[in-house]
Amino acid sequence: MIKIVKRDQPSRAIFFFTPVLAIFLTLVAGSLIFFILGFKPFEALKFFFIVPIADKYGFSELLLKATPLCLIAIGLSFCFKSNNWNIGAEGQLTFGAIVSGGVALLFYEQEGFYILPIVILAGAIGGMLYASIPAILKTYFNTNEILVSLMLVYVSKLILDYLVVGPWSNPEGFNFPETRQFSDSAKLPLLFEGLRIHAGIFLALAAVVISWFVFYKTYLGFQMKVSGFSLKTAKYAGYKGKKMIILVFLISGACAGLAGVGEITGPIGQLHREISPDYGFTAIIVAFLGRLHPVGIIFASLVVAITYLGAETAQIFMQIPKYTGQVFQGMILFFLLASDYLLFFKFKFIGSKK
Amino acid sequence: MHKFFIRSFVSSLVLLFTFTVAAIAKDVKAAFVYIGPTGDHGWTYQHDVGRKAVEAAGFKTTYVEGVPESADAERVLRQLANSGHDVIFTTSFGYMNPTNKVAKEFPNVKFEHATGYKREHPNVSTYAARFYEGRTILGTIAGTMTKSNVIGYVASFPIPEVIRGINSFTLAAQKVNPNIKTKIVWAFTWYDPGKEAEAAKALIDQGADVIAQHTDSTAIVQMAEKAGVYAFGQASDMDKFAPKAVLTSVENNWGPYYVDRVKAVANGTWSQKDTWHGIGDGMVVISDLDSQMPADLRSKVKKLQADLASGKVHSFTGPIYDQKGNLMVAEGKTADDGMLAGMMTYVKGVEGDIPK
Repeated sequence: MIKIVKRDQPSRAIFFFTPVLAIFLTLVAGSLIFFILGFKPFEALKFFFIVPIADKYGFSELLLKATPLCLIAIGLSFCFKSNNWNIGAEGQLTFGAIVSGGVALLFYEQEGFYILPIVILAGAIGGMLYASIPAILKTYFNTNEILVSLMLVYVSKLILDYLVVGPWSNPEGFNFPETRQFSDSAKLPLLFEGLRIHAGIFLALAAVVISWFVFYKTYLGFQMKVSGFSLKTAKYAGYKGKKMIILVFLISGACAGLAGVGEITGPIGQLHREISPDYGFTAIIVAFLGRLHPVGIIFASLVVAITYLGAETAQIFMQIPKYTGQVFQGMILFFLLASDYLLFFKFKFIGSKK
Repeated sequence: MHKFFIRSFVSSLVLLFTFTVAAIAKDVKAAFVYIGPTGDHGWTYQHDVGRKAVEAAGFKTTYVEGVPESADAERVLRQLANSGHDVIFTTSFGYMNPTNKVAKEFPNVKFEHATGYKREHPNVSTYAARFYEGRTILGTIAGTMTKSNVIGYVASFPIPEVIRGINSFTLAAQKVNPNIKTKIVWAFTWYDPGKEAEAAKALIDQGADVIAQHTDSTAIVQMAEKAGVYAFGQASDMDKFAPKAVLTSVENNWGPYYVDRVKAVANGTWSQKDTWHGIGDGMVVISDLDSQMPADLRSKVKKLQADLASGKVHSFTGPIYDQKGNLMVAEGKTADDGMLAGMMTYVKGVEGDIPK
């Protein structure tokens, strides 16, 4: 007989095991879906997860795709660890891209080593400004940051729409909704000839290292952890909650803004209406799959990035609908949340004693 | 014995030759990159109908749907170029820069970009349809069928393609009914059923009893059906979504062009082109005319269709005035393609300003 028993303490081993379990269950369920759709499951999985990264180019594309996801998820982990539910990273990314894109356009056809740092900084500031809105409203007006940050995503996209359709549209572009192409001096340098992977990956790696240091070596990290466990305890301990809330939002916004900079000054090279395929939302999955741990987030961003690439390859070579990629992302999150049940409960096998 | 050998040798040679020729011709592979899902019943759906025509002509095809115009487009294009496709059709404006970028790296692969204007490399062609010819037909019908003399128009983005459509539509409607006004609502989207339905509702509330659209979903014709006003289908025949409201549709018919271009690749005769085909070449097709339209209107429309096809009638024949009353096209003249391609002013009779 099996009995479900509540654990006295969440298991630490299981804490890091469930993401792996979730990925495994996703693969099993994914195979089942492929089978039902009439595709050979193993072949489909091969085209989904192996073929896209089997060569140098594919692997560089994986890193390119994982970079914004990792960067945003690192930022989000600051918020999520301290019980601040910033789900508007997409908006912070967009606004960061708007500010940095505006600066890049200002330097159109100009040269100088100082341009790129200013463009990058502008993106981080843009993201911070935009994240400060839900943070300030939460701390001083008690609004719900989930709603505010989410709604601001749509506002930011409308601002971007307005700018690329109107005042910032390319004067030689027949009024199509896009800006000019940025000059090379405002673009992130490519790391290898012929590959699209750019210097933005160093920003992501720096964020990983810094976040690890902050989380585990600083007083702020400790405050965040305590606030995450219990807001009341944090208050009793006398932490200045408001300052911390605003700080984590600013960090999170800066990371999202930098992710936006990486996209527009990296592979895109201009502003238009679709600068991000919802990286800001997908990064939420990445943050949780990575257990809000810097190293975990690196792996999680690679896993989620490959679902994008795999979906394309699977459609090109096997005619599997491309939207399966999104199904995979959804399943990963679903199985992760479901297997988190194991964190708090365990199965006990009991012999049939009378 | 000797003769037998020679004969069989010759016949096998002939056989081999035919096989090789067939193999070369059929070996060409075409790829299509779509912005939306193939089931959108609008823009992408029609491109996929065109792709199926290429398959029916005996060529292998591949497609990738829902490719965002973000950094992802370039990767998809490169992967298609790298995996043995000889010609790649990129069917959304936002693929323009990635198409030209990837084309540079793959000089042996042909690229065909829809609705763009950049042909930076000899292996990039562009193609578009003269949809404004179809809108001349719709304007004629709208001007005749309206009772309130207010015609609604849901527009997507203020680009020449859309302005041209509004103008062509309005000019034709004025010709049959000088009192009409065209009211525009900008949805700032190509495909968003919610926004499109809201825009249509706003126009109906302002007294429009015929609604035209330059966005791709079926939401507008469905809204018109509910409100009891007339509408026109966009991109595909939308009659089945709103049988009472839809008077006719302007269909995008890419098939003949696609088959033509893929065959050109197979024969080695492909060369860079900027194609702009209309009703005459069959790229723009008018669906069946609804029986609610009076018989004389229907025969008038049929004639207009034939005249547009033959070139006897041009959608932009002078005199044409802009909103302020300045002459745009003189009497007896027609607008040239250069003017059409850069058209960014409304003609007289359109209400409001172009968003800036």
